[in-house]
Amino acid sequence: MAINWGFNIARPRAVDMDANDLSITRRIMAQMPEFQACIACGSCTATCTAGNLTSFNFRRVHTLVRRGEYEGAYEEMGKCMLCGKCRLSCPRGINTRGLVMLIKRELEDK
Amino acid sequence: MSKKVIIVGGGAAGMKCASTLRTQGVEVLLVERDRTLGGKLNGWHKLFPTLTPAGEVLDALKREVAASGAEVMTGTEVERIAANGVTVNGGRELKADAVVVCSGFDLFDARIKEEYGYGIYDNVYTTVDIERMLNEGRVALADGSAPRRIAFLHCVGSRDEKVGQRHCSRVCCITGVKQAMEMKELFPQAEVYNFYMDIRMFGPGYEEMYREAQQKYNVNFIRGRISEASPTFDGRLQIKAEDTLVGRPLKMSVDMLVLIVGMRPGCSNGRFACTEGVNLAPNGFVSPLNPFAGNVRSGAASIFYAGTVTAPKNIGESMNEGVAAAMSVVEYLNAR
Repeated sequence: MAINWGFNIARPRAVDMDANDLSITRRIMAQMPEFQACIACGSCTATCTAGNLTSFNFRRVHTLVRRGEYEGAYEEMGKCMLCGKCRLSCPRGINTRGLVMLIKRELEDK
Repeated sequence: MSKKVIIVGGGAAGMKCASTLRTQGVEVLLVERDRTLGGKLNGWHKLFPTLTPAGEVLDALKREVAASGAEVMTGTEVERIAANGVTVNGGRELKADAVVVCSGFDLFDARIKEEYGYGIYDNVYTTVDIERMLNEGRVALADGSAPRRIAFLHCVGSRDEKVGQRHCSRVCCITGVKQAMEMKELFPQAEVYNFYMDIRMFGPGYEEMYREAQQKYNVNFIRGRISEASPTFDGRLQIKAEDTLVGRPLKMSVDMLVLIVGMRPGCSNGRFACTEGVNLAPNGFVSPLNPFAGNVRSGAASIFYAGTVTAPKNIGESMNEGVAAAMSVVEYLNAR
C-alpha cells in the first residue's frame, strides 16, 4: 500500500540547453529569420489584448520556445486573438502575429 | 622661446595630442612606459564597428607623430607629475610649461572573478586573448579543435562592486558583439551565446552591428549574468545563469567561454593624484575639472588630461580628447 508522506520529487526548474532539442526552434528561425532580431523589450506583451485579460505573456513564451522549452507553448499561443496590435508596436518590425501562427503550426501534435 | 609640453603616455590619446600640439608650434616630449608607442592598440586585431584593422589606425598615428617632429622617449615610466614637469624612473626631473596626462587604463584581471575559472580551466579566455589569437591567425581550443558552442560573458569587471568596479566600461558590449560575429565567421557551425545584463550600444553604428549579429550571424543573446563555470567530465565547461527574461535558471555546456573584460583605472592614477589639483573620482579614474566645459582640464592650470585616464572611452573619443587637450594647452600657454 502506497503511503502518502506529503513529499514528492520536484523536477529541476533549470532550462537545460544540453538536454533540450532545438530542432523545432531552428525550423522556426529559418522560416522567420527576423525573429532573431528580437530584443525582448516586451512591447508585444504590453500591448497584448489577451495578455491584459489572461496570464498570457507572449514575450516569455516565445523566449522559452527559442530555448527549446516547448511544453505548454502551443496551448499558450491559443490564447492569442490575432488582433495584431503587437505587430504594430514591435520596434524590430517582427511579424509577431505570423510568429504566433508559425509557433502553433510547428508545435501542433508535439 | 618656444613653449614645451610633456605628454605622459603614448597611446591613441597621447599620440594624437602630440601631433596636434606640434601643428601649433609647441615643443613636445612624448613619454611612453613601453618600448613602443601605441598603447593598447598594439594588442587589438580589428576595431568595432567598422572592422578596420587596428594596425591601420596605429600606423597612421605613428606616421603623424614621426612627421610632426615630436620628441619621443619610450621605455620611460613617469613616477610623478607636477605643475612644471614630471619625474621619470630613476628620479630624473624633466621640466615643461604644461603636462598632458594620457596614461590610459588597465585591463581588468579576469582571475579575480575566480568563479569563471580563468587561468584554472582550459578554454576560458578573455576578449584580449581572442584579439591576440586573431592577430596570430589561429583561434582554437586547448586541444587544437574547433569550438562547437561558445559563450561570451559581458560585464566581467564592470558594474561589479564586489571587485571594486562600479562603473560601466562602455566599450565591452560592442567588443563582445564584434567578437561573437568574428567567431561565427571562423566557425559558422558553432552556436554562439552572449550573456548580458544590459546591452549598451552607445556609438554610431553600434546598434546596427548588434542587429547584424542577431540577424545575419544568429548570435543568441541571453539576459543574465553567468554565476559560475565548472568543468564537465568530457572536458567542456558547464555554465549557469538565470534566463531573467523567462524567470528560470539556465545551464549549458560550452567548449569555449570568453570573458568580456572591462577597464580598470590606470595603476598610475593613485600616485599622480598626490599632486595638487589632480583628483580621483570614487571609481578610481582621474576626475576632470568639470564634465562639460572642463573635461580635459585638472584642478591645476598647467595639467591636462586626455583619453581613458579620466573614464572608459573608445579609440575615436580618446583621439578627439587628444586634440581637445592640445587646444586647451595652447590656449593656456598663449594666455600666460
